[in-house]
Amino acid sequence: MPQNSTDLFSNQAVFNQSRHIFTVSEITQDIKSILENTFSEVWVEGEVSNLRPSSAGHVYFSLKDKEAVLSGVIFSRTAAQIRFKLEDGLKIICFGKIDVYPPRGNYQLIIEKVEPKGIGALQLALEQLKAKLEKEGLFSSERKRSLPYLPSRVGVVTSLSGAAIKDILKVLERRFSDIHVVINPAKVQGDGAKDEIAQAINELNLFNKNVSPGERIEVLIVGRGGGSIEDLWAFNEEIVARAIFNSKIPVISAVGHERDVTIADLVADVRAATPSVAAELVLPEKEELRQELSDLNQGIFTAMRHILDLLGRELESGVRKLSLLNPVTLLKQHQERIVDLARQIYVRAEHFFKLKEAAFKSAVEKLSSLSPLNILSRGYSITFKADGAVIKDSESVKAGERIRTRLDKGEIISKVEEA
Amino acid sequence: MAEIKFEEALKKLEKIVVDLEQGDLSLDEALKKYQEGIELSRTCSQRLESAKKKIDVLNKNKKGEFELKPLDESKVGD
Repeated sequence: MPQNSTDLFSNQAVFNQSRHIFTVSEITQDIKSILENTFSEVWVEGEVSNLRPSSAGHVYFSLKDKEAVLSGVIFSRTAAQIRFKLEDGLKIICFGKIDVYPPRGNYQLIIEKVEPKGIGALQLALEQLKAKLEKEGLFSSERKRSLPYLPSRVGVVTSLSGAAIKDILKVLERRFSDIHVVINPAKVQGDGAKDEIAQAINELNLFNKNVSPGERIEVLIVGRGGGSIEDLWAFNEEIVARAIFNSKIPVISAVGHERDVTIADLVADVRAATPSVAAELVLPEKEELRQELSDLNQGIFTAMRHILDLLGRELESGVRKLSLLNPVTLLKQHQERIVDLARQIYVRAEHFFKLKEAAFKSAVEKLSSLSPLNILSRGYSITFKADGAVIKDSESVKAGERIRTRLDKGEIISKVEEA
Repeated sequence: MAEIKFEEALKKLEKIVVDLEQGDLSLDEALKKYQEGIELSRTCSQRLESAKKKIDVLNKNKKGEFELKPLDESKVGD
């Protein structure tokens, strides 16, 4: 460095001659081309921090390790394709290019691919979505509905070109199938599958709103045949999970993959390991039904026989009671009683009359001895007033009164001269 | 009777058995139930042996209304 201003100025010409002066733009442009050419396809590993999603769908964040920080951006088109959720603290591996942004004089990594470190992207996405939906209660066992027994209408959401529908039709063939199947076809793998599946579920629910209760679909089978985890992916998507959760019709998930449980399986009311198993859950074995019918028949016969036995026994005891109430028997009893009573009355009456007769005889004897008529025969007489009263005192009659005198034989009517 | 659903018939049948088993029915009632039960049981048997499946595909017509169209089984599977 020059020691003083004189030197500085004296060296000016030399300085001017040997130096190349960039404008800010020029140097930035050089930096930009050097960096962008050198780092046009790089893989960078780091931890996500300071994550800032923009309203336009771009995702800004910093990739960092212990000693450095690198700004990163995922543009919306790329961001929409990431299956898992970026979170602060997540260790990721990114592929992209370094981009220099002249207006700010900074550089950042424009990311085209992201994968979580250590674990597959799909697996991570699954874990993340599972945790989220579980927290919201989509898997709660309390909301699981039981399946209708012998539904008359069953909805199926699957692809018409897949193995699932063939399997379901096969089960229909050999089981009791007094049933109406309504298929709402949906793509079950690849782009758009998740939306088609969710829509198909929603449509069947909507269909139910427009038909009479007897025509409603009573249970849904949603599924597909087996495949790789990628093939089954639609059944791990949130939109499908929510459609199942919101379905008013109970849902049987039937994703043909026994080992991995999909999110659809977790949300569904019942999980069937395969579409065939789902169909079997809905359609009972003919033989089982035959057995049930025959049991019920037997039940009716047994119950009826029991009732008849019971009534028979009641009838028997009734007859016994009735015979005691038979009118002929009663009449006989009454007759006997009457005869008996009559006999008693006769005996008593006879006795009574005998007693009375004796009493009468003695009374007659007594009476005849006391009769005033006996006295009259001895010459006495009795005189009565006109009103029949016996005259015992001369004071009781007046002169001129007619009186009647009773003699032993006959009467005398006289007039009182003096009294 | 012919239009009763298999499931309903089966449920009714179950109820009849229970009613009969409880045994506080008059003879008249019991006989009526018994007869109904036997008829239901016959209906169920017939239905069981002659059940016909029906498979439709849900479509939306131009007006956006739902329509059911019979499945063309020859097109299933590929």
